[in-house]
Amino acid sequence: MRDRKITLGHGSGGRLSHEIYNKLVLKYFGNPALDELDDSAIVKGGKDIAFSTDGYVVKPIFFPGGNIGKLCVCGTVNDLSVCGARPLYLSCGMVVEEGFAFSDLEKIIAAMSVECKKAGVNVVAGDFKVVEKGAADGIFINTAGIGRLERRLKVKDIKAGDRVLYLGEVGAHGTAIIIARGNLKIKGAVKSDCRVLSPYLLPLLSVPGLRFMRDPTRGGLSGVLCELAGGSGNSITIKEDALPISKQVNAVCELTGLDPLYLANEGAAVIVVAEKDAAKVIRIVGAQHAAPKIREIGCVEPEKQGRVYMQTASGGRRILEMLSGEQLPRIC
Amino acid sequence: MKHITEYRDSTLVKSLVRKIDALNPPACNLMEVCGTHTMAIARAGLRDALPPQIKLISGPGCPVCVTAQRDIDYIVELARQPGVIIATFGDMVRVPGTLSSLERQRGDGARVAVVYSSDDVLSLAEDNPDDEVIFIAVGFETTAPGIAATILEARKRKLKNLSFFVTHKLVPPALAALGGMKDLKIDGLICPGHASIIIGVKVYRSLSAEKKLPCVVTGFEPLDMVEGIYLLVKQIVEGRGEVENQYSRLVREEGNPLAIKTMYKAFEVCDVEWRGLGIIPASGLRLKQSLSELDASRRFKVKPVKSKEPKGCRCGDVLCGKIPPSACKLFGKVCKPESPVGPCMVSSEGSCAAHYRYLVVSI
Amino acid sequence: MCLGIPVKIVKKSGLQAETEVDGVRRTANLIMLPEAKPGDYVLLHAGFAIEVLDKKEAAIRLKLLRQLAESTD
Ligand code: SF4
Repeated sequence: MRDRKITLGHGSGGRLSHEIYNKLVLKYFGNPALDELDDSAIVKGGKDIAFSTDGYVVKPIFFPGGNIGKLCVCGTVNDLSVCGARPLYLSCGMVVEEGFAFSDLEKIIAAMSVECKKAGVNVVAGDFKVVEKGAADGIFINTAGIGRLERRLKVKDIKAGDRVLYLGEVGAHGTAIIIARGNLKIKGAVKSDCRVLSPYLLPLLSVPGLRFMRDPTRGGLSGVLCELAGGSGNSITIKEDALPISKQVNAVCELTGLDPLYLANEGAAVIVVAEKDAAKVIRIVGAQHAAPKIREIGCVEPEKQGRVYMQTASGGRRILEMLSGEQLPRIC
Repeated sequence: MKHITEYRDSTLVKSLVRKIDALNPPACNLMEVCGTHTMAIARAGLRDALPPQIKLISGPGCPVCVTAQRDIDYIVELARQPGVIIATFGDMVRVPGTLSSLERQRGDGARVAVVYSSDDVLSLAEDNPDDEVIFIAVGFETTAPGIAATILEARKRKLKNLSFFVTHKLVPPALAALGGMKDLKIDGLICPGHASIIIGVKVYRSLSAEKKLPCVVTGFEPLDMVEGIYLLVKQIVEGRGEVENQYSRLVREEGNPLAIKTMYKAFEVCDVEWRGLGIIPASGLRLKQSLSELDASRRFKVKPVKSKEPKGCRCGDVLCGKIPPSACKLFGKVCKPESPVGPCMVSSEGSCAAHYRYLVVSI
Repeated sequence: MCLGIPVKIVKKSGLQAETEVDGVRRTANLIMLPEAKPGDYVLLHAGFAIEVLDKKEAAIRLKLLRQLAESTD
């Protein structure tokens, strides 16, 4: 049977739209707040709530280790989690290009629902628009998320002597996307590590020495470290030897001249913790089901320059900066 | 990674650095001709590890940095032509011309495809038969033979919609020009490992003999580079000026004759303008007469803007090692990696970009 | 001036080779090294193999370097 296509009518608000709501949205996201299909959802909030939003336009839409649906839930859930908030509700706005395969849309929505369950969040508000062929590239998704703030983490609380921990792998998501785009004609079994991090990060909120957390998405590990150093005023030193970079990611970088420290990550977090609680954090994360690897990669210096240094594997020292513009493969 | 990891052994690197120290080197300037060396040195953080009296100076070996402003303006103008897809190595995308760059043109709707290999443009042209694909052929002897092979293949396949903007440059004439400069004080040359794979070790002999200049063909891993520097310093201390080959696992005396043959099947030698060095006789490559129908500068008669090098930018002097980047008034103030004024700050292997990273440490 | 890394030829058909480094693969054009064969390490630059790595020479040199590093003077 030929796969059905999304038509402009699916975005019209009429009968075809209801097909999307009933066949896809309620089927996968159904929950009391959403089932009303009202214009806005009434949600139970706490005193302090965290609110976050992000747009997802990843190309290709499906990639090893995930798809745009998985990504748009993980991204917003992780943004809330690293801020010390327990993610509760998501909204989801989709812009779909006319002619998009119905089955692909279902795969995307199904992937979203899987991640929502893992993170314990509900999609309670949504929007679905279809634009003419050529007006969008397949599908764009925006998710916004609300979370209950459980602990306020401030970058200014980072102190000299604190440890810098890394949860997950460096560069896997960025590399998987580069390979999947296909234009560099590189083949390799690199999977995106895209995942919800709330199950690993929320239990850390009760650790007194926890200072700050960030997920190194766009801009990569280097970008986040520069933000932390800049924000706290203290310099940070990391050790190249300690970085969890897989062989394949490294090989792709060697071939193309890309720097893994600037590649995007979607299932990783940088965690700054007081020295005395570093081992505790590692233990708590390790005790969670299917937890990604966590390890110490560096420490916060007393120096008040707000810079990031890397002790290189060959015994030298290098400064890490924010990425200026997008990273491109080089011949030089 | 076999044949890479061995050369990143920090204990070995450290003990070799100690050996350099033990040679008691006098104050000396070593020029790394090749931008990839500049970059690799910065990435490995080697400047911090070496004895302070050894100064590393970056030379004219970044193809992006030495491309004349006029050529960049021409390329930008090509990108503005309707129905054109510019195919290029990523290196060229951000280089600022007089008014614009490929990156900015892309923002204005120009189509710019970044490729890993020149061979990839063959399918790009075949897949887009209604568009004109122009490949920007930059690079030294390392890159030119491959591009030559692509050009010959394009002709064999009779691809009508593919052409080439050629601005290849050659290493030995530039070194000879540098060697002829009076105000240049260089005590040793770290010769480019990968270009030498093609051109061989022999090309450095006359320059070295004439000036009694220590030259060491050097690889790019940290251990390669410290060994290269060790060999240079040893020559300086012992008063020798010879050509040595540190990168013997890949570089042969004669180079790769087949690569050179391929290169000259598509290209012929011409005079060419280098940023900072001016026009150097017989230092570039252009398409052979018989292949002129594949020449983008003939196919598209465009009128680029009047080229002006950025005001105050001293890339030219930096490229020949006459001044360190920090001597440029704009360095680190107006001109930074996120807001580059000159090409030496754009290319990640440009001397200014590399020195910016390094210098912030010692400020 | 030119990035390049040694990759291993795993398959060869005509002047096209499939090369590999740590599980990552890329085709390489062998027009400059028609004699290169599977098992050889070649230096890959911008999609072209430009030279075969001399394993024996590499081993000898590395050994000499280790000796130098360990020598006391
Ligand atoms: S610092 Fe900037 S302006 Fe000065 S020479 Fe370097 S690139 Fe040119």
